[in-house]
Amino acid sequence: MAKPKEVTDATFEQEVLKAPHPVLVDFWAPWCGPCRMVAPIVEELAEEYDGKVNFVKLNTDDNPVIASRYGIRSIPTLLVFKGGEPVGQIIGFRLKSDLRRRLDAVIA
Amino acid sequence: MQTRRRPGETSAQTLDRGRVKVRSPTERTKLAQDYDVVIIGAGPAGLTAGLYAARARRKTILLERNVTGGQIALTSLVENYPGFPDGVNGFDLAQAMQQQAEKYGMEMGYGEVTAIEPKGGRQLVKTTEGDYLAKAVIITGGADYNRLGVPGEERLTGRGVSYCATCDAAFFKDQEVAVVGGGDAAMDEGLFVTRYASKVYVIHRRDQLRASKILQERAFANPKMEFVWNTVVTEILGEESVTGLRLRNVVTGEESTLPVAAIFIFIGLHPNSDYLKGLLRMDEGGHIYVSDWMETEVPGIFAAGDIRVNSSRQVVSAGGDGATAAIKADHYITDHFKG
Repeated sequence: MAKPKEVTDATFEQEVLKAPHPVLVDFWAPWCGPCRMVAPIVEELAEEYDGKVNFVKLNTDDNPVIASRYGIRSIPTLLVFKGGEPVGQIIGFRLKSDLRRRLDAVIA
Repeated sequence: MQTRRRPGETSAQTLDRGRVKVRSPTERTKLAQDYDVVIIGAGPAGLTAGLYAARARRKTILLERNVTGGQIALTSLVENYPGFPDGVNGFDLAQAMQQQAEKYGMEMGYGEVTAIEPKGGRQLVKTTEGDYLAKAVIITGGADYNRLGVPGEERLTGRGVSYCATCDAAFFKDQEVAVVGGGDAAMDEGLFVTRYASKVYVIHRRDQLRASKILQERAFANPKMEFVWNTVVTEILGEESVTGLRLRNVVTGEESTLPVAAIFIFIGLHPNSDYLKGLLRMDEGGHIYVSDWMETEVPGIFAAGDIRVNSSRQVVSAGGDGATAAIKADHYITDHFKG
């Protein structure tokens, strides 16, 4: 249930900007090796934060509009949205404990 | 009663055998997880050391603070690793190496190593996520890309400043970008960037390249690559993202501005050995001195791959180093721990 859902240029507004909870968006692409290492960590965090934070992923190859709107120029990038606004940004691979610390800080 | 500490025994255990129950001076020692072999850094050297140590039936953990593969995790195509006539994606190669080692029982652990402390014949490996007690340690921490150290670089990292073309080049489709450096990495990554960018300026502080001839030939033949010789970057410009570079010609002293959307920086590497200063002997650049068997001057500590002196910095030689270190670590454990 908590497995990160794929969002698109078309569904981003509904799934992320209008969401009642904070949402973490994992910007990724199939050719990005480090993204493939971030994915399982994001899945684990999605379990841990079930009910508190929604976790979604956005393929930057297929959804250039949103990627460009938020100035994504490096992946993996994780953006945390609260009330429709980006409130936290993590660029590049991070350990799970580090992600947890940063996530806790922005959703507090 | 024998009071002499046995090899491999911690001070805490020695004290516990005495008449008075004494707590360990460092409580963390007791919480440390026990391993035969702890390997630090999951690049090709560490992954190969892990394979050999696990196959020698040593309880082995490989610690990594970032992505499995080290430098090759960010390499789109490794063309000089034998057995792959069409080349192999670096990330895939590293994943395959990890699976192979795990098949024989190697464990992966995540965390950044902060110190190694000799403890009663063993080594206490401290990390940000917990401690490990090892009969032998193999240091395969490799090297990281150097930063330019100019204004704008840190602030705009991930916003047009990049150290990984394979990660970020796709975001600069049909835009003009710059690559800094004149070695293999700069040419390799620069050529990769030409798949997306409309133009790639190669900025190099000398008037010729250090890169291998085959990469030079490809770079000079690529119509999208333009070379800016004898030039250094003095500032990276841009508010939200990179918009240009301030340049200085080192021969004429002339200053100029180059509008680009990204800068890919490949100006050499530094070994990840800062936390080992004072423990191990190193050269001025921070590379660890080892014997032909990858032994450092501290018994039970080995170093292999790009972090050691005189490394040829290749995937295949890093793997060779890792194998050598693991074989010697296995012998060391047999000799010193009667197992």
